[in-house]
Amino acid sequence: MAGAFVLASTLTACGGEGGGANVLNWYINPDSGGQAEIAARCSEQSNGAYTITVSQLPRDSPAQREQLVRRLAANDSSIDLMSLDPPYIPEFAQAGFLAPVPDDVAERTSEDVVQSAIDGATWDDELVTIPFWANTQLLWYRNSVVEAAGLDMSQPVTWDQLIQAAQDQDVILSAQGRRSESLVVWLNALIESAGGSIIQENSPEDPTGIEFGLTTEAADRAAEVMNAVATSGVVGPAFSTSSEDTSATEFEGEQGGFQVNWPFVWPRALAGVEAGTLDESLPDDIGWALYPRVNEDEETAPPYGGINIGIGAFSENVDAAFEAAECIVSEENQAYYFITNGNPASKASVYDDPEVLEVFPMADTIRESLELAAPRPQTPYYSEVSGALQREYHPPSSVGPQTGEQAQALIEAVLAGEQLL
Amino acid sequence: MTQTTLPPTEKTQPVSAPARGLSDRSRAERRLGWLLAGPAFLVMLLVTAYPILQAVYYSLFNYRLTDPENRSFTGLSNYAVVLTDGLWWQSLWVTVVITVVTVAVELVLGFALALVMAKALSAIRPALRAAILIPYAVITVVSAFAWAFAFDIDTGFVNNWFAWLPGVSETTDWFGGQWSSIAVVCLAEIWKTTPFISLLLLAGLAQVPEVLQEAAKVDGATWWQRMRRVTLPNMKAAIMVALLFRTLDAFRIFDAIFIMTAGANNTETVSFLAYRQTIARVEIGLGSAVSVLLFLSVVLIAFSFIKGFRVDLSQARGDK
Repeated sequence: MAGAFVLASTLTACGGEGGGANVLNWYINPDSGGQAEIAARCSEQSNGAYTITVSQLPRDSPAQREQLVRRLAANDSSIDLMSLDPPYIPEFAQAGFLAPVPDDVAERTSEDVVQSAIDGATWDDELVTIPFWANTQLLWYRNSVVEAAGLDMSQPVTWDQLIQAAQDQDVILSAQGRRSESLVVWLNALIESAGGSIIQENSPEDPTGIEFGLTTEAADRAAEVMNAVATSGVVGPAFSTSSEDTSATEFEGEQGGFQVNWPFVWPRALAGVEAGTLDESLPDDIGWALYPRVNEDEETAPPYGGINIGIGAFSENVDAAFEAAECIVSEENQAYYFITNGNPASKASVYDDPEVLEVFPMADTIRESLELAAPRPQTPYYSEVSGALQREYHPPSSVGPQTGEQAQALIEAVLAGEQLL
Repeated sequence: MTQTTLPPTEKTQPVSAPARGLSDRSRAERRLGWLLAGPAFLVMLLVTAYPILQAVYYSLFNYRLTDPENRSFTGLSNYAVVLTDGLWWQSLWVTVVITVVTVAVELVLGFALALVMAKALSAIRPALRAAILIPYAVITVVSAFAWAFAFDIDTGFVNNWFAWLPGVSETTDWFGGQWSSIAVVCLAEIWKTTPFISLLLLAGLAQVPEVLQEAAKVDGATWWQRMRRVTLPNMKAAIMVALLFRTLDAFRIFDAIFIMTAGANNTETVSFLAYRQTIARVEIGLGSAVSVLLFLSVVLIAFSFIKGFRVDLSQARGDK
């Protein structure tokens, strides 16, 4: 009896958190404290209309999604605002987990926003989340290496050129070969850069109606490049387990030459110099350019990432939440977030901010990259698609002309409920 | 204690129950038994039986958490999907390999540690026990991270320290292949749970009557003979219970796989497969089917231990 009593009282205690009428709960992805600061600033500016408290989600984005999906499936009303990774937005929107964005809010918050961020915040031709910050990968190179290799970085470069240069100079070309979301980021950028798409024709309601583009010429070309990089001998020794952090470490090391990575590598290198773990001359040796091309005569399509703000469909303060979201994504807050946390803004005008340019001299390249960036396949079944791609395209050294077909067959079987993942 | 009036020799004889009905005394005892165990039994029903039954129920449906409206009854088709999928059998194989390897090594190591603990000088015994128990007190996720970092190609020291071993070099990518990954997973598991098995075996060692040992010594038995003929036979129940508990535990391995490989290079175990269907894919029906099959495997292991090796769980407590 005592056990049951204790159990019951614990359950009541858990359910008791509701908070005041104007307390907004913002579920954030872990960062360097920027979102908490923005929450405090917006709370203050609202003059008591609302107070935002932040709750931190797990570190990696699939785990963030898992937690939010489970809570929202149980109609959790404690979720007012949430920081969402764009690939999962269609799933949330399709399941009815997001409060519809009022037209006037949509209009105001998509003004002056880079195209890829709008695409990533949209599902079924409607803006379903508020674009907050937008991320993209650049090609980072060591000036000394490209000089020695005679590469003209003012012109677009291709993956083939990079492999060649890395082989000639005996340096490492770093990418993310680990079986995780980062592999899909790379694969998608390669396919999009080759002019294809992982999903060619969408089908929101019926997963078996989705038309995939993994057996196209573009996908074959992407597989070819992926395999060429993995088997070129210029990747790090643990390429099949290499993450963004591994890439950054390799690039900072003695053998570093090229890497494709998010802009966090810049503040990371500066911090390393400051802490004395990296050589002082390193920052001057780092250069940046647009993501490498797959085909010489075809524009690149860099990866797109970032965070958009979703409003919980079961929130009791939807109006206040939208008001707060508008404050969170203001130009001022985006600039602050960019400068202090290294997360690039989705509003184009932020890139003209002199303070931003001082901290991120590559801001112009980031904006340019964001205009070209292509989101990962947008589908409510993204975890299935991504999981199946990770299974088939890993390790990258095993990728060949047959991989696309196998991956497509696996995704179709998984979506039809005929196979495990 | 007044009711144990039978002479010890007759204890092994089956005592037939009274022809029919219960005596007032046993009825009262049974009632008291239920009253004492009842609350715990109710809580167990609530926290164990209910989720299991719910999982069995869900496993009969095609049910996606994000699309509850389209939930449909599909009978046993989820089980058919799981059992005809190569991935299930592959995961089962990996799970069995990890279970057999870790439990076998742990048993030997655990027994050695138990002997050390039993024989250690009483002055250092508490410190020794604490030292041996520390790995078991470490949270599994933390231990998995520690081992993952140790074997990691960037942060790890293992490649550096053991580069003199054949097959190990500065650039050995432990998590890049199936067998090397499983080896690290096994190592982490063994390090972490050997203390558990050695603690159970220590309890068993303590039960071996000292008089038997002394008698064997007087008869001139060597250490090895005493171990084989006196210690081990008297510890059989404790060994079996330790084995059973560890096997059940090892079969459900999840944390180490999740942290170290996330299922890459065919290192998925059955629990990981259940996680991916239920939590990552939010396919509650399919995931529940995998979970139910995992549960049945565990039941089968427990059953075959208890029947096959005639493990009597009550013997481990010392009631002979």
